Amino acid sequence: MIEFESVTKTYPGQTTAVSDFSLVVPSHRTVVLVGSSGSGKSTLLRTVNRMVEPTSGRVLIDDEDVRERDPVALRRSIGYVLQHGGLLPHRSVLDNIATVPVLNGVPKREARTAASELLERVGLDPKVGRRFPGQLSGGQQQRVGVARALAADPNILLMDEPFGAVDPIMRRELQEELLRLQADMHKTIVFVTHDVDEAFLLGDEVVVLREGGVIAQRGTPAEILGAPADDFVRDFVGADRAERELHITEVDGRTIAVDASGRPVGVLAP
Amino acid sequence: MNLFLDAIAWLADPANWSGPSGVPTRVLQHLVITFAAVAAAAILALPTGILIGHTRKGAGIVGAIAGAARAIPTLGLLTLLGLALGIGLKAPLLALIVLAIPSVLAGAYAGVQNVDSAVTGAAKAIGMSPKQVVFQVEIPLAAPVIIGGLRAATLQVVATATLAAYTADFGLGRYLFSGLKSRDYAEMLAGALLVAGLALLLELLLAAWQRSAARRIAAPARSSSAAVQPESPLVKESV
Repeated sequence: MIEFESVTKTYPGQTTAVSDFSLVVPSHRTVVLVGSSGSGKSTLLRTVNRMVEPTSGRVLIDDEDVRERDPVALRRSIGYVLQHGGLLPHRSVLDNIATVPVLNGVPKREARTAASELLERVGLDPKVGRRFPGQLSGGQQQRVGVARALAADPNILLMDEPFGAVDPIMRRELQEELLRLQADMHKTIVFVTHDVDEAFLLGDEVVVLREGGVIAQRGTPAEILGAPADDFVRDFVGADRAERELHITEVDGRTIAVDASGRPVGVLAP
Repeated sequence: MNLFLDAIAWLADPANWSGPSGVPTRVLQHLVITFAAVAAAAILALPTGILIGHTRKGAGIVGAIAGAARAIPTLGLLTLLGLALGIGLKAPLLALIVLAIPSVLAGAYAGVQNVDSAVTGAAKAIGMSPKQVVFQVEIPLAAPVIIGGLRAATLQVVATATLAAYTADFGLGRYLFSGLKSRDYAEMLAGALLVAGLALLLELLLAAWQRSAARRIAAPARSSSAAVQPESPLVKESV
């Protein structure tokens, strides 16, 4: 369980990135922070592994203030996936995945074997392990990034727009892959994105942020889409968008769902 | 042209290839003082440069010091040091160290500073200590530029190390000074050719070292072409 208690972050000479943010992220759940740039979502994520220290307020993991933990040990106990992979370009894919276990003293050979298994788990051919990050496609690099985050078997995964830089088809695949992994891993995931559809797909709970790290609304995707708290949220999640407004029509005896512009989006199950 | 032939003849004379003033001894001495000066400069300047590149603080001061140090005339400095320290190797060694420091320092801090901050940030975020970031990420990725600094310093020092003979009976510079004194221009030219040859040889070796260091980390630069060639040599090297 991760708890944000009145977290505020101001950078000197700049506007407030996050102000008085409180949230409980329950264990084994995926919480998505969604907002446009300037909403402080990445800043919030980075307070969990102490890459950012809050100006005031605190962050607790399982009731322990992260400030009481050694930052290096804390970061090794948390999986972290970044937008551009952040892989080490001079190390092979296997060695990248094995980085944290090796730092923790696991023998290299053992760590590489485990890394090879992780490659398969994230849907990559183990042969990829011998290559270097620069030889992989963007989507492959993100998969390796996920494998690296899982290598030390952390309870918590922090994901900072991990699929933001890959093409839409690849992004969809990666999202499905994450759902599949989470279904049998049950990690506590904090996921940051600016993409509402991604937030609704992945989040057990979604937190919509407005400028300056203020919560506009939080709830399950259905709650937010069904009852947007205000115009900002309605606008942000696109509740009024044509493709969100579905109607039912009958075609040849089957029930078809169509959106507001008449485009069919699916068939209702009998 | 006559002089040039005389120099070749001097070099071909077996008498000049033995004894305490023979070519092998002088070349060895020249290499020793070059290596000693570059090594001492590296011990002083590499940690400093790497620290400055890592913290990204003090780059302005270092630039100023390195620039000023480059402007010091080595012969003038040697004369000054020679007057203070007397005859011997100490004065030329110190002057050569001062000569070598700016290049080594600039290579180290520029190399480390130019490592992509997204990579070092990620290394920190997954749990590397600052020391591990320096030794496992920044230095390996900066290696080609760091070696480039050592290479530039070595070239300057090997050419200037002839000045060691100004205050000591040491190195290839001896041929230049004794040739000048006895008006034996063939000996002088032979000495100059030996220095040039040595400089070229070191340049080739260091360039090869720099290239191999660059190749080890060059994988990202050739992403698109390498991605379709799984059997690239890089892949084999890593196994």
